This record gives sequence, structure tokens and C-alpha cells, in this order.
Amino acid sequence: MPAATRYLGKAMKRKEDPRLIQGLAHYVDDLVLPHLQYAAILRSPYAHAKIRSIDVSKAQAAPGVSLVLTGADLRDRIGMVPCAAQIPDMKSAPRPVLALDRVRFAGEGVAVVVATSRYAARDAVDLIEVDYDPLTPVVDPEKAIQKGSPVLYDDHKDNIAYRWELEGGDVKAAFKNADKVVKQRLLNQRLIPVAMETRGVVAEYKPGERQLTVWSSTQIPHLLRTQIAAMLDLPEYSVRVITPEVGGGFGSKLNVYAEEALTGYLAMRLGVPVKWIESRRENFQTTIHGRDQIDDIEVAIKKDGTILGLRVRAIADLGAYYQLLTPLIPTLTGLMASGCYKIPAIRVELTGVLTNKMSTDAYRGAGRPEATYLVERALDLVAAELKKDPVEVRRKNFPKLAEFPYATPTGVIYDSANYPRSLDLALKLSGYAKLRREQAKARKQGRVMGVGISTYVEICAMGPSSAMPAGGWESATVRIEPSGMVNLMTGASPHGQGQETSFAQLGAEILGIEPGDVNVIHGDTAIVPYGIGTFGSRGTAVGGTAAYMALMKLRTKLATLAGFLMEEDPSKLVFDKMKIFSKAHPKKSIGFGEVVAAAYTAKTLPPGMEPGMDATSFFEPSNFTFPFGAHVCVVEIDKETGDVRLLKYIAVDDCGNVLNPLLVDGQVHGGIVQSFGQAMLEEAVYDEQGQLITGELTDYAIPRAADLPWLETDRTVTPSPVNPMGVKGVGEAGTIGATPALANAVADALAPFGVRHVDMPFKRERIWKLMQKGTRRAK
Amino acid sequence: MSAEIQVRVNGKSYQSQVEPRLLLVHYLRDVLGLTGTHVGCETSICGACTVLLDGRAVKSCTVLAVQASGSEITTIEGVSALPPVNGSGLHPVQEGFWEKHGLQCGFCTPGMILSSIELLRDNPSPSRPEIRQAISGNLCRCTGYQHIVMAVEYAAKKMKSKKR
Amino acid sequence: MIPAPFEYVAPKTLDEALRLVDRHGDEAKIIAGGHSLLPLIKLRLAQPRYVIDIGRLHGMSYIREEGGQIAIGALTTHADVERSPLLRSKCPLLCETAASIGDVQVRNRGTIGGSLAHADPAADYPAAVLALDAGIVAASTSGTRTIAVTEFFVDMLTTALRPGEILSQIRVAPLTERTGTAYEKMHQPASGFAIVGAAARLKLGPGGKIEEAAVGITGLGPNAYRASGVESALLGKKASEKLFSEAANFASQGIDPLSDLHASAEYRREMAAVYVGRALGRAYARAQGKP
Repeated sequence: MPAATRYLGKAMKRKEDPRLIQGLAHYVDDLVLPHLQYAAILRSPYAHAKIRSIDVSKAQAAPGVSLVLTGADLRDRIGMVPCAAQIPDMKSAPRPVLALDRVRFAGEGVAVVVATSRYAARDAVDLIEVDYDPLTPVVDPEKAIQKGSPVLYDDHKDNIAYRWELEGGDVKAAFKNADKVVKQRLLNQRLIPVAMETRGVVAEYKPGERQLTVWSSTQIPHLLRTQIAAMLDLPEYSVRVITPEVGGGFGSKLNVYAEEALTGYLAMRLGVPVKWIESRRENFQTTIHGRDQIDDIEVAIKKDGTILGLRVRAIADLGAYYQLLTPLIPTLTGLMASGCYKIPAIRVELTGVLTNKMSTDAYRGAGRPEATYLVERALDLVAAELKKDPVEVRRKNFPKLAEFPYATPTGVIYDSANYPRSLDLALKLSGYAKLRREQAKARKQGRVMGVGISTYVEICAMGPSSAMPAGGWESATVRIEPSGMVNLMTGASPHGQGQETSFAQLGAEILGIEPGDVNVIHGDTAIVPYGIGTFGSRGTAVGGTAAYMALMKLRTKLATLAGFLMEEDPSKLVFDKMKIFSKAHPKKSIGFGEVVAAAYTAKTLPPGMEPGMDATSFFEPSNFTFPFGAHVCVVEIDKETGDVRLLKYIAVDDCGNVLNPLLVDGQVHGGIVQSFGQAMLEEAVYDEQGQLITGELTDYAIPRAADLPWLETDRTVTPSPVNPMGVKGVGEAGTIGATPALANAVADALAPFGVRHVDMPFKRERIWKLMQKGTRRAK
Repeated sequence: MSAEIQVRVNGKSYQSQVEPRLLLVHYLRDVLGLTGTHVGCETSICGACTVLLDGRAVKSCTVLAVQASGSEITTIEGVSALPPVNGSGLHPVQEGFWEKHGLQCGFCTPGMILSSIELLRDNPSPSRPEIRQAISGNLCRCTGYQHIVMAVEYAAKKMKSKKR
Repeated sequence: MIPAPFEYVAPKTLDEALRLVDRHGDEAKIIAGGHSLLPLIKLRLAQPRYVIDIGRLHGMSYIREEGGQIAIGALTTHADVERSPLLRSKCPLLCETAASIGDVQVRNRGTIGGSLAHADPAADYPAAVLALDAGIVAASTSGTRTIAVTEFFVDMLTTALRPGEILSQIRVAPLTERTGTAYEKMHQPASGFAIVGAAARLKLGPGGKIEEAAVGITGLGPNAYRASGVESALLGKKASEKLFSEAANFASQGIDPLSDLHASAEYRREMAAVYVGRALGRAYARAQGKP
């Protein structure tokens, strides 16, 4: 990144916002096409049942209904929901678009109605009669793998989806040489992503052109197009996917869902456009869930706090079927099990389990929050065991700066870091020493106060293609139009992250023009070159780098042409304020537009130069990036009720170089608050019958404005060597770094009650009971 | 069965025949085509569907269109016609959201803006906790709310300076 | 999200409304602000054949003094209760309770009459009106009658309203000298309803002795109730923090608390004591003229 910049690194307000703040943006449900009809889906009330028969006759005869279909009607017409993840010896768990003869989770689609209005479609759903033969549901993942448990699939002998192991370093020796072994079971509860916009699809088929257009609220338009084409057996060129405005994803729209192919099929079959909009209840039941992992950890330590080894036995509840990346997500926990520490020996044993629940998959952080949580809890447990300050134990185990790039025993290479620097800054900003004094005073007064720390590292900018099922590169095409206006097309698919702005800043910086002259286009497979999408904190680090490369190609071409026109050395030219000029003779300049026009009129081109002004780049990163940071927080617990109040939150994040600090702050705040949700409020609860009893926002709480204190954020900057801009990615930092800080604070607060560990979420009753128990024990 | 309703929406009068069960949010979106008002849940929690009904912020998913007959409604599309701007550009609350990066995906934003407008009408100088309380009927999953609080503070300041 | 079809009638007068309620009986549901009924209708948990909209009846949204009492029209919104200067000075408990309901949008639309008639076990108003010894006025084609609030909440979602009756007014006595009230609530974090809500009214006599005590509790059982055990433990005694916490232990006496996802019966029972204790403490402070 250039040292002195005009736009990059500046807090520019967003280009996206005018349409969004005036109600002029178009989300998928805002689209209306002529003759549009509406689909509604009947969903299974049972978690596990055989379908004996389905009678659709009354629904078919209902007013306004044009079509009713069941799984049997679609058996040979739409392929299975795809899973891109492959793990050796993994059992299959494919999901049909609508259930065939068996349902495996409450909410699974059983039949679909299409009618002329939303209301008519919904009414007809109630008229479908299904005769179910209920089976015993498998809900608890640990019971699911015991002998004698009912099995979800007739062709499987048990519910174990796979076993996966990872070992690096001499684990046996580490535990043999340990002074102590610290053990703990940690539950990382099931979460519901709750993007504020539910999923939705509109599809239109033009038979003459053989063109199926699918508008979907997705994070991955191109991968979706490929998969829809495969599921519907269409040539890929016959499918166009457009993402309209997307109202949040958090990983839940990094998927290929049954309804996306189904709505496309319905539009083809009926010859009219069809819209399906997910209700919030459906969103809770049938959009992917996150986390749901049980981790038994053992840490081998020396008395001085040095960590020798870590053993993790993890059980991941995958749900009933594989969605796009379901089996892969928990393996990321294994990759990141070293945290930001030098742990010489690590062994991870992971068991993926099938249960009668909705699939888990990538939810903001995806596998890494689980890793960070277990490592950061482990560090605090070690500190408690040795009666040391958690800061001291962390410092003791950081790798030395000279060791970077640092290779972990889990097989990843941390690109660059300065862990002590971010920790020092967080401690300074929080007044850590003073906080500890305040805590001691509070305890004397009988108040229950805790201080929590987390120093985290995450794996981002997904990623090298070798590690990614569908490739890990990203694309960009930059086209400077004859007028000098720039269209920048990115294969990333932002949905709130603000890349229409930050990529415009990038374009303006490189070409010496105004950000207003750079129009960023994304999310339309007919316009944008094939791309991978927005997830895994990759938008800027991979997508942005592709844009950077394409822009640099054009800059080189512009310089060559300008040099030719001005008779100056192209390598000495400067691009600034809509002009191109030589450093040596700054008064002699040529207008940016003039050079572009020359490229199109093509009358005075240097020999061998092609006319026109566009370039495409595909950036393949050589490694992931590893952003990191240090968070400190303070909680106080109401002794009488167990209510946990977050009083103070300090976050220092290092995501490398920053294109727009406003956007980075927004990502950090949002991530921390989502983490707060996991720590304090959120848990998807299924009862013994496999019913999701947190099935609506009236029972599943997500954070509200009044729940939170002011968040204090700051940054350190350690550029990544993996890409030319030195950026790392920040989309998931908050959800990875913050959860353990909050958990450590609560455990710290409860230490006087003899509590070592509490599982999330820290609901009042759970905390209250622990305090009661602790008080009774003390008496 | 259908019922006749008359409403004024963003200053324009409409007369429609609707099913009594039609929700106001569906009337605004599907009948009038005012799609800036969003649906984020079905349980009156999320606030994405917030509009001003006779000047008061309400969740339009929990009002029947027939109940709104005879009323004056302001949706996000009509916000720039409200005082203090009266049609001459962005409302200070909209401006605040833009200036302070008070939105990411933008889905909750129209509802947030309307709740904030009601707050500032009743309380021109709200404290941070008062702002947080006032928008607690609006859920946002992206921003963590902090920039929204700053946006409302910005608007409050701006509106006071306009009054002077 | 999409209601099943129903027929809709919007009577213009209370008489007309009462006749409609009479005629349609069980097949009809009354809607006012809609914030109790519409959520059920949207999830199709309620599928009435007729919806009678009393929200358009004139002259049923008011807060006024009438014969030494304060009369509140059934159609008065929570927001109007919350902001009423009359209630602020003469019955602040209702303002405080209204302010704790749902969120701004819900309070702008929901009505006090609707909330009381719906009798959700976790609603806030029931605790307050119980502590205030309110009168609930029910209108029917044969006239009106006033139901003592202690008789009003019968069971889960069930009140003493008879078929054909519409709740038309709530009557409360204005605050007297040396009386203090308070509402303390543990919010259910997702819905904002009460896991436990405790409303207290204390009147101090000479020497700081408690002359009157009334405690209403919501969220605990199938319906809100008066905690008579707490009240009798307080009456005639000299007020103190210690007395309050001892008396609060009777908060759930005779009650079999609900148990759900958000709180077990045991926890609800314990929290009832905590919140009653807090409400008593604040009511006492206010009775002494402290904020």
C-alpha cells in the first residue's frame, strides 16, 4: 500500500447508504415481476418420522392454487442438496429438496404449494394432509453415538458421520513430561444466525432463451449458479443468479438451499415467475445453525505456566443432513487449536455426529470461535490452577517475534503477528492493573465482579485453493469506460461489509481519480466474472487483492499510453487528481479521461497495444492470513439474581492494513455484540422430541441496544505478507475474540464461589445456581 | 370478504379494497409498492416493519390494514418530507446514519430511522442510555448498535442547530 | 405471519359492539390495539371467525378524575398511561409499569384494556392493578358492573369477564399521603415479558409502621395474584429492609410456579422473593418522599 494516500485508509462514508437509508434498495422480497406467483412450504412437525402418505387434493383445489408438489413428485427432477466438503470415510447424509419417505428434523420441507398470492399459498398449506409414522428422535449427540441409539439412516450402522484426527508434535511425551494436566469439558452451544432478512428466492424462466434467472439472498452467487444448474440438470450458461440487496448473512447464506433449486424448478414448470420468502419461524428451523460442539480438553503444563501439549476430544453435532460445508466446519477448530501460543504438541480427535436437528454449518467464525474459546478458556484454567495472572500465562506462551512466520503443530503457518503489542495496548486502554485493584475492593464489599481477557488469532482470507472445496481465489474485472468512468466487478459478494465503498477507494487511489467515479458491481453471474463469494473474512484480503491486481494492470497500461502520448518515461508517472504526470515535470500533465479516450479511439496507440481499457485478475493467495488481537472486559453479577451485566469492553484488533477504518470499526462492533449474544443470551434449544423450542424471536434472544456498554476499540497494524495490500480481514474477529473474553470474565467473577468454569450462555438462573451452590459449600 | 380502507401514506391518499386479514405491512409493500418497510419476524419483536401511524412508531406487522383506515402513515420513503427538512433532502436522522456508519446490511435501517425520529421528536437531547432504550424495539444484527447511537446523537445535534 | 381469513366488523358505538359480541359469542374475538390478539392470529394459534374491532369506539381512551377516583378508558395505550401527567402525580405505579412493557412501538399501540382482558400470565399490568386494588369495569348489553381486581384474574388467559362483556374502564384510587409504590421486573430477555413482576404499594402510619400493604405478582403462576402472605407479614410492623426481605419470602406462598425455558419453578420462586423485596424497598423509600 502506498505510504501517503489520498483515499485509502480514510474513513469515507459509504456509497451504499443513500439507497438504504431512503428505502430505495431492493431486497429479494421487494422484487415484483409480471404474473408472479408465491410458494409456501409445508414442513414436518416431527423431528423423525416415516411419511406413510400425503394427500394434496384439498390444497390443489383451494382458491388461487396452481400447483402442489411433494418429494415424490420431485424425486428424479431435482438433485440432492449439495455438500462440497469431503472428509475421508465420511458417511453420506444427502438431503432431498423435499422429504421423500422419511423426515429427519422438525421443519424439513414435505410439500410445496404455489398460488397467486402469499395469503392463498399459506392457506393451502394447511389443507395438505400427511400421515406420519413417528420414529424415536435422536437429539443428544453423545447418546446418538452410543450403542442401541436409533439410527437416522437405514444404510448406516450408527450415527457417526466421521472420525477425524489431527496430531502434531510429540503429544505422549508432552503429557509425560507435564507437571500438571488441566482438564475441562467445554460446551459450545448451538446458535441461530438470525440475519435480519430471512432467506428468499425469486425465479423466472424464459423458455425461448432457455434462461433461468434466480434472485436469491445469498453470499455465493456463482457457486449457487453452478449448483442450481447441476441440481436442475441445466447447462450452466442457462442459469443466472443475481443477489439483490442481502440483509445480512453471517454464514447462513453461504450455502445452497433446497428452496433455491425448488423455486427455480417451480418457475420452469409453471412458466411464471415464483417467489418464496422464508418466515422467521422457518428461518429458525431450516436455515443452518452454528457451533454445537462439545470439547473435552486436556492441557499439559509446567509449573511455571509453560504449555507443553493440548489434547482435544470434540464431538460436533452436525444435524440430520449435510449442507454445503457442514462436515468441514468443526475441522477448522482443529486447525486453529494452537491459538496464539506456542504449543509444541497438539492432538485433536473429532467425531461428527448425525442427529435429528437442522444442519450446522458456517456461522460467523465457523469453527474458529470454538478453537479460540477452548484455547482461551484453557489458558485461564491454567492460570487459575497455578494461581497466576492470566496475562502472565499468556505472555509466557506467545511465540517470539523472530519465529514468524510461525508453523503450528496443526499444520498452519501464521503469516505475521505481534501478540505482545496488541495485548499491551489492550491492558493499557483498560487500565488492567487498576481493574484488578477495583475487583479486589469489590470482592471485599461482597460484589461479584470479573475481568476477562482474550488474546486471539484467527484464520482468515479464505484461502489458498488447496484448502478450499471450491477454490479459494477471487476474481475482479475492472473496465474503464470511454468516458473515464470505472466499473469494478468483483467476484466477492458483499452484503453489508461496504466494499462498494472500500473498493471504490482502492480504485480511486490507484488510478488517481475520484471514488465517486468508481462503480463497484457484484452479485450478478451474468455481469461479474466467476467468483467464490463473501465469507471467511475474505472480501477485502482476497477479493480486494484481485481488484488491486486488475487495477494495477490498467494503471500499467494507462501509464504506457500516457507516457507514449506525453513522451515521458511510463515508470516515472504519477496518477493523482484526475491527471497523469511525470514526477520530474509535474506541470506537464495529461488528463486521465484523455488517456482513456485515446485507448478507445485507438488512433494514437503505441505499437502493439490493444485498444480498450479493461483487465481481469484472479488472485490466488499463497496462504491464509491470521489477524489477531486482545480483548479485555469487565462484568458484574447481581448476587441475588445471577444477572450478568457487561460494564466495560476494550478491543484491540490487528487486521493488517486498513482500507476504511469506519468499516473496520463497524465489523468489530458487530462481531463483539454477536459474541455477546453467544456468551450471554443465545442458545438453540431442542427438546427431547426434537422440537426447536427457541423457535421464534420471542424465545431466542439476540442482543438489543440497551444490553450493551460503550465499546472501546483500537488497532495495531501488522501488515500481512500474503497479499500486496498487507490486509488481513476483519469480518469475524469480533465473534472469535470476544466470546472467550466474556466467558473468562464470568468465570473470574465466580471464582470466589469455587467455580472454575461455566458453560455458555450465561443465563441468570445458571449463574445464580452456581453462586447458591458456592455459598452453601462455603458455609 | 373485503373491506374498504382509506389511508394517507407519505402525504398521498389511497383508497383500497382489502381482505380484513391483510397486515398493514403487506398493504404498504404489496399493494402500495412501498417496499422500504421490511418484514424481519412474525412476532412483533424485530421492528424492521416500523412505520409512523398518526405520528407514532408502530410495528406494521402487528396492525391490520383495516385498523389503519383513516390514519396518516409515514414510511421510510416519506421521511424526507417530515420536519425539519420538509422535502428538501435527507432527514437529519438519515444523514446521521450515513455520516456515522449506522448501518451495514441496511435491513433494519428504515425501522431504526423511524424509531429514532419519534425519539427525537419527544426528546430532542436524549442521553446514550435513552437512545439505547428507544431503539430496543428494533433489532440489528450487523452494527452492534454503537454507530446507530452515534447516528442519533448526530441527528439530535443537527436538529437542534436547525431550530435555532 | 399470515392470518387465516376472518370477518371484520368495526362498530361505531359501545352499544353496537356489545350487541355484536352478544351475537357472535365464542366465534368472535375483540381487538383493540391488537398487540395481544394479532400475534396469536398471525401464527394461526387463534383463528376467530369474527374480529370485532373496538379500537374505533369514541371516548374510550382517556385518563380522568371521576368521583374521587381515576378512571382510565380501556382503549388508553400503554404510552398514554406512561406519559400521563395525572397518573404521574396521582398513580405513578401505572406509569412505571406501562414503561416496562415491551418496547416503544408496542407501547404506542397496545392498550391497557386489551392487556388486562387477555390476562397473559406474564403481562405487567395485572401486578400493578392488583396492588392498586383497582376496579375493572365491564360493560354488557344489560349495563355495567365493576369487578374487584382481586376477583378478576381467574386462570391462564382467563378473567372474570362473562361472555358478552367488554372491559370498558379501569378505576384506581389516587395515591394518598405517605404512600409509596413500585414495580420491579425481571424481563424475559427475548420477549420482554415478565419472568417475575412485583408491584408494591405501602402506606406508612405513625412511627413508620406499615398501615397498608398491597403486593401484586405476575409471571409466576397461571395468573397474577395478590401476595397476601407478604402483606400480612408487613401490616402493623415497623418498616425495615430486614422486614421486607422476611416478608418477601412469602411471595410465592401457595403458588405452584410455572417452569419453562427461561426460568425453572424454583428460580421463579426465589426471584419472586427478590423482586418483591426490591419493590417493597423502593415503595417504602417513595412513601418517605425519596425518589
